Amino acid sequence: MTAPAIELKGISKAFGPVQANKDISIRVMPGTIHGIIGENGAGKSTLMSILYGFYKADAGEVFISGNKTEIPDSQAAIAAGIGMVFQHFKLVENFTVLENIILGAEDGGLLKPSLSKARKTLLELEKEYDLKVDPDAVIEEIGVGMQQRVEILKALYRQANILILDEPTGVLTPAEADQLFRILGRLKEEGKTIILITHKLREIMEITDTVSVMRRGEMTATVKTAETSPEELAELMVGRKVLLRVDKAPATPGDVVLDVKNLKVVDEQGVERLRGIDLQVRAGEILGIAGVAGNGQSELLEVLGGYATGSGTITLNGAPIDLTGKNSDGRSRRARGIAHVPEDRQREGLIMDFAAWENTAFGYHRDAAYTSGLLSNNAAIKADTADKMERFDVRPPHPHLAAKNFSGGNQQKIVLAREIERNPDLLLIGQPTRGVDIGAIEFIHQQIVALRDQGKAILLVSVELEEILGLADRVAVMFDGQIMGERLTADTNEKELGLLMAGITDTDAPHTMAEIEANLAHAHGDASKEV
Amino acid sequence: MDVMPKWAEVILVPLISLILAAILSALVILAIGEDPVAAVNLMITGALGSTYGWGYTLYYATNFMFTGLAVSVAFHAGLFNIGGEGQAMLGGLGVALVLLFIPWPHWTIALLAATAGAAVFGALWAAIPAYLQAKRGSHIVITTIMFNFIAAAVLNYMLVNQLRPAGSMDPATARFVETVHLPNLHEMLAPIGINFSKAAPANVSLVIAMIACVLVWLLIWRTPLGLEIRSYGKSGRAAKYAGIGAVRITMIAMLISGALAGMMAINNVMGEAERLVLNAVEGAGFIGIAVALMGRSHPFGVFLAAILFGFLYQGGAELALWTSIPRELIVVIQALVILFTGALDNMVRMPLEKIFLAARMARAPKPDRKPTEPAE
Repeated sequence: MTAPAIELKGISKAFGPVQANKDISIRVMPGTIHGIIGENGAGKSTLMSILYGFYKADAGEVFISGNKTEIPDSQAAIAAGIGMVFQHFKLVENFTVLENIILGAEDGGLLKPSLSKARKTLLELEKEYDLKVDPDAVIEEIGVGMQQRVEILKALYRQANILILDEPTGVLTPAEADQLFRILGRLKEEGKTIILITHKLREIMEITDTVSVMRRGEMTATVKTAETSPEELAELMVGRKVLLRVDKAPATPGDVVLDVKNLKVVDEQGVERLRGIDLQVRAGEILGIAGVAGNGQSELLEVLGGYATGSGTITLNGAPIDLTGKNSDGRSRRARGIAHVPEDRQREGLIMDFAAWENTAFGYHRDAAYTSGLLSNNAAIKADTADKMERFDVRPPHPHLAAKNFSGGNQQKIVLAREIERNPDLLLIGQPTRGVDIGAIEFIHQQIVALRDQGKAILLVSVELEEILGLADRVAVMFDGQIMGERLTADTNEKELGLLMAGITDTDAPHTMAEIEANLAHAHGDASKEV
Repeated sequence: MDVMPKWAEVILVPLISLILAAILSALVILAIGEDPVAAVNLMITGALGSTYGWGYTLYYATNFMFTGLAVSVAFHAGLFNIGGEGQAMLGGLGVALVLLFIPWPHWTIALLAATAGAAVFGALWAAIPAYLQAKRGSHIVITTIMFNFIAAAVLNYMLVNQLRPAGSMDPATARFVETVHLPNLHEMLAPIGINFSKAAPANVSLVIAMIACVLVWLLIWRTPLGLEIRSYGKSGRAAKYAGIGAVRITMIAMLISGALAGMMAINNVMGEAERLVLNAVEGAGFIGIAVALMGRSHPFGVFLAAILFGFLYQGGAELALWTSIPRELIVVIQALVILFTGALDNMVRMPLEKIFLAARMARAPKPDRKPTEPAE
């Protein structure tokens, strides 16, 4: 029997009182794709950081191809043949592909020999693995999918035999993700070992051979992918049965609540971010906005939420709302019955250093219920917070705890409780479950559907197509600041929406793959500028 | 995660920092051939050993409370107001104008009017940098520093060319009339049988400063406006999301800050000198930064830190008077205190956090908290 490519024995790592990894043992056989799945905070990234030499384990041993190996730093990891593709790419934006590849692996004091050697190697790698990139393209000008390929090439250039990918599809469209999986399959055929870290069950089922599940710092199971099911994996991850599908009745849309006509937004650089948006949201329905991140969805939420200015007409229940001037700020929007759960809950929706109770009042802190005379009625706010925390199952239910001490899911519940409980006519909600664990996702989705069933209008923005398809009643796809098309979620599928996300409308068929790629690079180009 | 209990955070960390600063200061004193123990004794007797010493310590502390609060309020809004010095100078001008040109029947009314004058002048002086920051993005640190110099020039001009009594060679205003004399601690405490030193300058402004501490505490922690100021200071984007205007908060916080710095003038100009002189502020505006840092921008912390710096100021003066330790060394000691309590805060905090963590782990070996993962 061949030795495993990687074997970890009894790895433990604690950060203060938090046991991030507890006695973890795992064997990854060479030439396989091994998935590691778990909720946020389950300890996946910590484990991989130990393997890559970022952290030192408190206990345990690492064996590479059967030999016990010490990995004190990333240099040692690279020397041992381990390559890592991080979730957030480590590329120099204004360097070319080639320059990025040799960065840190230059031979000698002059760049020229390294560059020409890299160019040659790159050609060989391209042939071997079908990994196409333009070596002279500047990173900031190529799409996210291509950037990811550069990261993979970087690892291969350093002669990695074991490739670790941390949440690789988080920033990709479905088409790009498929392409990545094809590349990974090819790498596997060539005998490379791949570890795929993800929280998406679908990906695990699609391409892995074996999957290990982590929960609360422990490895709860390692199973053959062929012998398991998404339901079983979800249960292993969360520790209880989870409803993966959103359970909802068909919508019964009522009157138009939000009517947006020809909405345009120009950013500070003079770039048109929204180029004439028309959309309507009715009472009792959820309109999902799909699209690759950075194609105007954020700007749409910002204008509707009252913290960006725009032009065009927006009416709420038939009455116009201001897009500029004094009555266009967040407070005026709230007064009009628009609640907003922002995309970036850590920088917008919450103030991380503030206690939960202060965050519960945030935005509504001048309400009569929360004030007495000139002063804040802190006792009333705290009582209300405790009440909301109980009803939204926020854990731990301590109003005095700072927001940063809650997990992503519980932070989101705090924001959601604050916004939903105001009984708004329209709820804007961006990336409701980003960074939220599966158990909380289920709860959050239930709350959104419940609000819909009370006859409220909901505008949902999400980059997770699966979420849009599961939650929304109708979906509008955005590309480059425009709406490419609208579909009823019941009548569409990921493939159709994926094409729309790449800017391809129904009319201009047929399309070549090259066209799609060019469009995608464009879609991502806008995204990368925003970061 | 809050690993330390609140008392450790608020009391223990500054205390250890102080002790470290004291040890280093002792080494410096040793190095120049003086006896640190004798020096400490001298400072303590000089600053706290008599009502005279206390009178000076509290007088300085009053100045520092105002300027420390000024820096704190701006700091809560994420603004670094280094212009306390200039705002306090202009506050002095406000006090002088109010007291020189209006005949006040009684000191109480005069004090209220002078406080208002000081606050308005200080606030207006802060308003210009605030407006430039809010509307044009000119960095407030740069503009407030520049405004300190402009304030000095304005004061110089006013004293030399406008307010100097005819025939006087001194760039200072005439003395204020006797009716606006503020009761000092001697006069205030005599009725209740405490014989406080007559010569010490601490006066009724101390009470105003303490009231200011309470009001600032109410403002910052107990009003919707305070929440808005703090949220703007923590996260501009979150404030925007909530509909809290950046221009509005920048202006309000800086106006309050400038007003507080200006109000210092009721202590040094009205209470002590009883006329406006050129160098009335004596660096209190800058000490205010250290006081706010050490007091963690909390009014109660500012109160304690102001008294500590008052002690250092008065004790230092005594030291310079009675030993060969030069006046400059006092500045070194003050700088060490600032260094340890402000800049090197983490040096004390981190090991302390570790100790508390270890203690907590020992108490509860299996925390039931869900593990969080720093790597994600």
